[in-house]
Amino acid sequence: MPASLIDADSLLAVDVGSMTTHATLFDVVEGHYRFIAAGQAPSTAAAPFKDVSEGVHQAIENLQTITGRKLIGDDHRLIMPVQEGNGVDSFTATLSAGPAIKTAVVGLLSDVSVESAQRLARTCYTRVMDTLSLNDQRKADEQIDSLLRLRPELIIIAGGTDQGASRSVERLLETVGLACYLMPADKHPAVLFAGNKSVVEKVKSNLQNLVSYLSISPNLRPTLEIEDLQPAQRGMAEMYTQLRRSQMGGVDELNTWAGGTLIPTAYAEGRMIRFLSQVYDPSKGILGVDLGISAATVAAAFGGELTLGVYPQLGLGEGLASLLRYTSLDDILKWIALDIPAERLRDYLYQKSLYPNTLPATAEDLAMEQALARQNLHVALNSLAKDFPRRVQRPAAGLLPYFEPIMAGGSVITRAPTLGQSLLILLDAIQPIGITTLILDQNNLMPALGAAANRNPILPIQVLESGAFLGLATVIGPIANTRPGTPILQVRLIHQNGNETRVEVKQGALEMLPLPAGEAGRLYLQPLHHTDLGFGPGHTRPEGIPVTGTVLGIIIDARGRPIRLPADPARCREFNKKWLWTVGG
Amino acid sequence: MLAPVTHLLPLTTVQRERLLPVPGQVFAHLDQKISPLDVIAEAHLGGQHLLLDVARQLRVPPEKADRLIKCKAGDQVVKNQVIAQSRDLIPQTIRAVQDGKVLLVGGGKVLLEVGETTFELHAGVPGVVTRVVQDRGIEITFSGSLVQGVWGNGQVDSGMILPLLNSPEEVLAAKRLDVSQRGAVILAGACSDPATLQTASELPVRGLILGSLSPALLAQAAQMHFPIVVIDGFDGRPLNTTAFKLLTSNAKREVTVNAEIADRYSGIRPEIYIPLPVAGEPPRLREVETFAPNQPVHLIRAPHAGAVGILVNLKPGLTTMPSGLRVQAAEVKLDTGEQVVVPLANLEVLG
Repeated sequence: MPASLIDADSLLAVDVGSMTTHATLFDVVEGHYRFIAAGQAPSTAAAPFKDVSEGVHQAIENLQTITGRKLIGDDHRLIMPVQEGNGVDSFTATLSAGPAIKTAVVGLLSDVSVESAQRLARTCYTRVMDTLSLNDQRKADEQIDSLLRLRPELIIIAGGTDQGASRSVERLLETVGLACYLMPADKHPAVLFAGNKSVVEKVKSNLQNLVSYLSISPNLRPTLEIEDLQPAQRGMAEMYTQLRRSQMGGVDELNTWAGGTLIPTAYAEGRMIRFLSQVYDPSKGILGVDLGISAATVAAAFGGELTLGVYPQLGLGEGLASLLRYTSLDDILKWIALDIPAERLRDYLYQKSLYPNTLPATAEDLAMEQALARQNLHVALNSLAKDFPRRVQRPAAGLLPYFEPIMAGGSVITRAPTLGQSLLILLDAIQPIGITTLILDQNNLMPALGAAANRNPILPIQVLESGAFLGLATVIGPIANTRPGTPILQVRLIHQNGNETRVEVKQGALEMLPLPAGEAGRLYLQPLHHTDLGFGPGHTRPEGIPVTGTVLGIIIDARGRPIRLPADPARCREFNKKWLWTVGG
Repeated sequence: MLAPVTHLLPLTTVQRERLLPVPGQVFAHLDQKISPLDVIAEAHLGGQHLLLDVARQLRVPPEKADRLIKCKAGDQVVKNQVIAQSRDLIPQTIRAVQDGKVLLVGGGKVLLEVGETTFELHAGVPGVVTRVVQDRGIEITFSGSLVQGVWGNGQVDSGMILPLLNSPEEVLAAKRLDVSQRGAVILAGACSDPATLQTASELPVRGLILGSLSPALLAQAAQMHFPIVVIDGFDGRPLNTTAFKLLTSNAKREVTVNAEIADRYSGIRPEIYIPLPVAGEPPRLREVETFAPNQPVHLIRAPHAGAVGILVNLKPGLTTMPSGLRVQAAEVKLDTGEQVVVPLANLEVLG
């Protein structure tokens, strides 16, 4: 008997984003979990509501309208468990709405524990405003005044190896404690300690009464050589939930509905990517990207080891006003096929930061929005790539590791006017190498599945296998050290019906071979000039590679890694136009 | 569908809470008539801190240092006052480097607070105190015209409003400003020249209300000591015609420019208040709207960015835009008479 029949539970999952609240229903159909339907509504975390409940109720009501199944009772409460065909058996919730949490990071050495603590901060929706360490040139009282001025909502304290010296950590604890003591009681920060375990009792006795919430996590750096963020990531997620419960109306109720399991959306997405990495080919990683209003989220997992990065400064909302600290107008403009002056793009960034929820109605606005999506995702991914485990194999320095598959979410990608545009955004931003599959999460299922995975690991697997995600394309990203125009790859695709398609791919080209969803075939790849397809330079699989169809078929992206666009803006636009035309406009 | 709302109202009643960031003393009282620059409350935000490591400086263990410290928590100290002294043959002395207050003593250390920052809370809104929040602030009720903006530089002031534009799209040049406008609140279209802000600062003016401001001037505008409110945005768009009509029709009236820094989550926005004589209480603000026909709306994104009109009807299902996106949309009759289809996400209700 399949496990899904044993745990024949329906699940309602709510995800509260900055712009949209999604309510997604899963249920058992013919013995397997299936995605049933999703309802959505504008989020109401911001004024005038300042309470997520209205958006949650509206999203669920929309879902009720779609499914005809009553989920909320006349008493405005969730019907749980199922009663006479109405309601659901279980409920999960994820949250990303709200401004990034103002965070201070405290550690001993800036290139050891401080770096680890910063990486931990990046696993959630935070903005690091100050860093205290032994390398800090400021005196303790200046550090205290800095904390008092910045009023962080969260302080992450790391430092010291287990069994290592504790005096330096205690000194930093004293500084933090004094700053907390001097803050008004209603402004006390939450504190997450993930340092030397021998000072845990000291942390408790010094800080317990001076902070709004204290969480102790296992040491991020139990030894100098080992960094282990994963246990502390759970602590971070709990901390985020605690903070939001006290800051944002309706979050407490949502957490109650979820039985106290409300988690940050990015954490749920990361959990799902890690989970998948234990299921898929262990020789490659799994990559998940999600570009929203509140942040760009990138999650990569290699054999169960997750690297997660949340970049509020690279979201497509309020953060855009400060985007030029992280990238340049020229680097965004290079992805646009239209002739748009730099000042127009700059004005666009600032205007969009005022109205993050608006949509591009003109071709010019869409081109700018999609160029931003490419560049922000590219910057986020390159930033996270520095934190990938050292053991992960890369084809060359500066290039990404091999991933299979790559999952993408965020409406700018998944709801682009054409699937070709979705594809090109991802190809340009990620520049995948080797052979991989691009999958679109058009229904925003990843947070729901990640939240559910902890309690019911069968559900995400069965939903993934059910076709609820859209297989966008199989991508071949060769690496070749040749001049543009040189043939680098001969491709032969044998369809199930015996038909054969052949193409010779030249360096610099972008080619598409149709292989519709539902069909299958076998790919024979003959690399030329030591081209590397992920099997080593000049190597291939002589027996061929089985491929299954996707909506856009097989894409051979031989534009080079990294893609180098011409310096001349007019030629750059020509390239972008040509590529857009290739993928169907 | 829920609609975002921007208030551009000729006559309304507004209630605004003005609260201290930390508990303090509230001076205003119930039913008091308030001017925008009145200090209605103040709070002690503390000064700088000095952590004196007595044990380290005197080279003794912390327990011993505690016995050498000659002050206790709560004491006021003056510059050069002895904080601690060793019992050596030639005693070493640690003195206060400036006047201050002892906050904590222990572990061989002394924490001093020196200097003091008093935060004064200005009313920011003209009106009457209708509620006092103990130790935190007040609620002010205002009646008159209200115009909300999208960006403010954190300053507040009042003055006579002087329109320096004949049409909403006029760009304000530095040469339009002269000494006759000193002390006035200037209303203008777009501003893209740093010399304009510099000249306005030198006059000085009491405020600047702009349709749009070039992003290149944001850092300069944030430093100005007079309030600047941007009504429509940063992309050179003209002042929207509803705000243009409302503000120019009040030319030479006293206005308050409260250029609060906007915050989407708290709902704080920069606002312009024009007190008007009223009989009874004008209608209160409606903060929550759902899109419906006959609503006045503001188009906030291309291709008609900044235009205003009336929502004619909500289109069923999804509509394909020129960008190719399929979205929920509405037909809007612009004030130019043209009828256009706009994504609902790109509309805000004026009310």
